[in-house]
Amino acid sequence: MGELAESLGRHAWVWSAVLALGAFHGANPAMGWLFAVSNGMQARRTRAVFAALPPIALGHFLAMAAALLPVALLGLYLERLGEIQLAAGLLVAAFGLYKLFARRHPRFLTRIGPSHLTLWSFLMATAHGAGLMLVPVILGLCAGPGAAHGGHQALLEIARGGLGLTLAAASVHTLAMVATGGALAWLVYRHLGLELLRRSWLNVDLLWAALLVAAGGVGVAAAARGFA
Amino acid sequence: MPAVLRPDPTFYPSPRLAMEAPDERYAYVALLRADKSRPDALAVVDLAPGSASYGRPVHKVELGHVGDELHHFGWNACSSMLCPLNGHPFTERRYLIVPGLRSSRLYIVDTKPEPTKAAIVKVIEPEEVVKKTGYSRPHTVHCGPEGVYISTLGGKGADGTDGVPGIFLLDCESFEVLGRWEMERGDQRLSYDFWWNIPHDYMISSEWGLPPQFENGLVAEDLLGNRYGHRLHFWDLHRRRHLQTIDLGANHQMALEVRPAHEPTKDYGFVGVVVDTTNLEASIWTWYRENGKFKAKKTAVVPPEPADPAQLPDLLKSFKAVPPLISDIDLSLDDRFLYVACWGTGELRQYDVSDPMSPRLTGSVRVGGVARHTPHPSGTAFGGGPQMVEISRDGERVYFTNSLYSTWDDQFYPGGVPGMMAMARANGGLALDRNFCVEFEPGYRSHQVRLEGGDCSTDSFCFPSA
Repeated sequence: MGELAESLGRHAWVWSAVLALGAFHGANPAMGWLFAVSNGMQARRTRAVFAALPPIALGHFLAMAAALLPVALLGLYLERLGEIQLAAGLLVAAFGLYKLFARRHPRFLTRIGPSHLTLWSFLMATAHGAGLMLVPVILGLCAGPGAAHGGHQALLEIARGGLGLTLAAASVHTLAMVATGGALAWLVYRHLGLELLRRSWLNVDLLWAALLVAAGGVGVAAAARGFA
Repeated sequence: MPAVLRPDPTFYPSPRLAMEAPDERYAYVALLRADKSRPDALAVVDLAPGSASYGRPVHKVELGHVGDELHHFGWNACSSMLCPLNGHPFTERRYLIVPGLRSSRLYIVDTKPEPTKAAIVKVIEPEEVVKKTGYSRPHTVHCGPEGVYISTLGGKGADGTDGVPGIFLLDCESFEVLGRWEMERGDQRLSYDFWWNIPHDYMISSEWGLPPQFENGLVAEDLLGNRYGHRLHFWDLHRRRHLQTIDLGANHQMALEVRPAHEPTKDYGFVGVVVDTTNLEASIWTWYRENGKFKAKKTAVVPPEPADPAQLPDLLKSFKAVPPLISDIDLSLDDRFLYVACWGTGELRQYDVSDPMSPRLTGSVRVGGVARHTPHPSGTAFGGGPQMVEISRDGERVYFTNSLYSTWDDQFYPGGVPGMMAMARANGGLALDRNFCVEFEPGYRSHQVRLEGGDCSTDSFCFPSA
């Protein structure tokens, strides 16, 4: 807990980004809040809106963990954070560019039925690169004050608490995601109504892809600073 | 705003929002050239009251081949795009998928920028359909979770009896044939229509007969031998697996159109049976789910009408009666009225199905008919009888055409079935609009009607109206 508190102070911008991206993911109807609305309307109960959220949140959390933990683990074995930051940044930016040009919805996602909500949420987040988007940000957690010029200190830090911090970040992100999605679902269910879907469902795919490219760019820039 | 940024404005989350949408301005109507002197065509009919060409065909898309036998057709995308697990409703309702039931050829017709400029943008040859799916004789087209679903009536081989018919998938943007839909088909051997309840994750399909049983006309021995389809099949929609079969009884020959309730919370629907071979009755069945099992019950019958054999075609002379022959049914978006086309007796019935287990006959109009030949109220002679029905989204206008299938038309209506489209108004009761009687170009027969922006047999919804 001490590490988390310390990290919160030291990496305030990283944690803010983790939260902001959580809210952004949560606001995207493709990440599950729309299903919560439909679930509530089918059952005609507000409770049913919220009942849909835990499996969606679990799936999203698992997708985050699946993307972030390997990177954090890799950090345990590498001398310098820079290499991972650079590689991860390039990978994320490349995926973002791919999403910019191939904007079709992956078809295999339509093969998952409503009875597998956690799996659906996991695959939806993974296929859209929701976890990838956080990779460069999370690597920022591992960069302590001396890390830019002292690889060993960064290594130690990762070894000590990197995995824990990564899981904490995935949790915080998911909480922000499900809070935003849940709030939207409740607002639409209770106050705004379905007409909103027709009028205000904007295609966020472009923004999403642009954010992937930007996140990748942040990673590359951080790596460049590290090498300097 | 273009549909790439916002969902197509003709996608509706719930049946009620679809009912509140602006009225239809155009209808697309399948035209069949039975004499094969020219290709079949897709007609565009002006439905905007006040327009100078109201109630008249304003455009025609001729299909490049002869003898396709247009029958049913449908949209590349519809309201099911808004279903929550789909997550990406940014495909336009823009292309009509138009199958040739006899040729197995698929035409993709672009209806933008204007319906009056509709044109073919892609043709999928029969060889490709058969090679990729093993199916032939494409019939019903529905837009759903995995793209465009198309049911078929035949398998491989010249007469379509090599292999069992089923459903295949088409990509809703690239129009690539993706392959068979079924993973496990249980005891399903015949096919015809299908539809679903997406949130409840099941599909229902029905049975007509194999190609040799319909392509050259109704086979009387097969009918009297109860060898046409008489079963309903229920499927797990996402797992693509057969769940349950309901046999309506062998005497209930030809279970055709299936119409699930539009409201996604309701677990029931209707199916029309063409003829009971024990008494020539046609019937409406309600299927429903109880404790996880599907059940079906006959909930309405339409009796045959006695007639002088001299007025009857050869096929019916010995029966001294006209069977009603329910060929199509259609359910209004509020799930309140079921319209039933009795193609034989020349009657369109309106049933109040607020209680789905006991439909109440609330309206009827007569036009055409094998023995009656009732003229249209405008005074125009009406060949054939009410057949394919399509209801406006608001439920106030019920459009219908008059041809069933080329060779069957000739058996039941040897006097000919000139292509027509009529409309009944449903503002409390049912009455034919005497000012609406579309007569298509001589030589064409008319079949399915699709309305611009969706209709009562196209869109499926994942959000309840309440």
